[in-house]
Amino acid sequence: MVPQNLRFAETHEWVSLEGDVATVGITKFAVEQLTDVVFVELAKLGKQFAAKAAFGQIESVKSVNDLYAPVAGEIIAKNDAVEKDPTLVSADPYGKGWMVKIKMASKIDYDKLLTPQQYETQIATQGH
Amino acid sequence: MGLRTVLYDWHVAHGARVVDFAGWDMPVQYTTIIDEHSAVRNAAGLFDISHMGRLSFGGADALALIQKIYTNNAATMKDGQVRYGLVCNDQGGIRDDVLVYRWPYGYAMVVNASNRVKIVDWIEASKGSLNFQMQDQTLSTCMIAVQGTKAIEMCQGLTETDPSKLAYYYATPSRYQGNACVVSRTGYTGEDGIEIMVANAVGMQLWEELSKRGAKPCGLGARDTLRLEAAMPLYGHELGEEIDPFQAGLNWAVKLDKGDFRGKEALLRRQNDTSLRRRVGLELKGKRIAREGAVIKANGKPIGAVSSGTHSPTFGKPIAMGYVEPAYQQVGTPLVIDIRGNDEEAVVVAMPFYKRPKT
Repeated sequence: MVPQNLRFAETHEWVSLEGDVATVGITKFAVEQLTDVVFVELAKLGKQFAAKAAFGQIESVKSVNDLYAPVAGEIIAKNDAVEKDPTLVSADPYGKGWMVKIKMASKIDYDKLLTPQQYETQIATQGH
Repeated sequence: MGLRTVLYDWHVAHGARVVDFAGWDMPVQYTTIIDEHSAVRNAAGLFDISHMGRLSFGGADALALIQKIYTNNAATMKDGQVRYGLVCNDQGGIRDDVLVYRWPYGYAMVVNASNRVKIVDWIEASKGSLNFQMQDQTLSTCMIAVQGTKAIEMCQGLTETDPSKLAYYYATPSRYQGNACVVSRTGYTGEDGIEIMVANAVGMQLWEELSKRGAKPCGLGARDTLRLEAAMPLYGHELGEEIDPFQAGLNWAVKLDKGDFRGKEALLRRQNDTSLRRRVGLELKGKRIAREGAVIKANGKPIGAVSSGTHSPTFGKPIAMGYVEPAYQQVGTPLVIDIRGNDEEAVVVAMPFYKRPKT
């Protein structure tokens, strides 16, 4: 079960909405697919992003992957702790492993994100 | 669908992620690479390496044939001895790196999965009028490696052979539950251990027994991080048709005084060519992994490229191997590696990165 209070991107980022600020991380499923996370790099504060643009990178022993902004907006906070200790992402992807907070210009992108049910359906077909 | 070992269904049933490797569907990991890697460094790991090519040679000219295509000297081997060497093309480039086994009745060769067909063809093309028989036993047999600090202890009483009495880089015919097998004190992880070859029909039973004895199943992911820490070259990365053994730092596996063999003339020229890039070990200051193909720079100019790189689970930092120009091969030389547009600081270090404590 994925957390029912979140929305999801097809690229496995989650979004938690408070007012017009979206907190973004990656899902437990993504973490389980990556395994062995060794490096996380996030964009600088104040940077503007279009939806689906890369806001950072996550690297595992196997591969490097871009992190995609699920919604357009400006980065107003970032979690320095995950850059220092990338294992936080694997240990607690929906909590201490959060990555950035994006101030959205509009809710358009958010409304297009997957619901928990839709995301569960997606990962059920991707499996291992 | 690729080729599958007899253990394929077991791998899938036990949560392995399967990838294509040299035409084989092979497990890359069951749990995590770091977890499996640590099991080998701290206890023992179990590897399905049945995809490796296993060729056997008999007949009056078997030795002559091996000598003709192999850079090391098979003529000085004792029965049961195993010796690393290379197969080179006529330009001195590496066609494969192999292990040769000497038996009382002939020879055997273990070759890379990715090169098996190429090497069989090369033997056909090189054999001339030599009188020998070659058998490719890859698809009819299974090869399982048990590697790790506790591997030898864990394999006591497994076969009729006491592995602790088998010298390093020696092998012996043995029996497992009444079935013929070969036990070889070799490996590709930087730890002690054995590799066992058995008929396909017995493979699953042997694998399950080793798993019950506590050897942790490991995929190709951990095999790669383990061999990288031990600075063992991997064909297609550190080794290839354009790279000669001297560049790769494998001088010790080339015996230019043993008589004629394919590639020798070119190797005689290349051995003293100090203008060529050579393999070095690299350690990075940051956390980013320098992966294959990343450009190595000095004073802003490209002077080499990374051949493989990973995060070293043992040291908790990125390590890599690469080929660099002569002026930059000394241990301690500071270099820069371009990782996806970021200049990351690196330094040339001695290889291997990891060496097991002497017992």
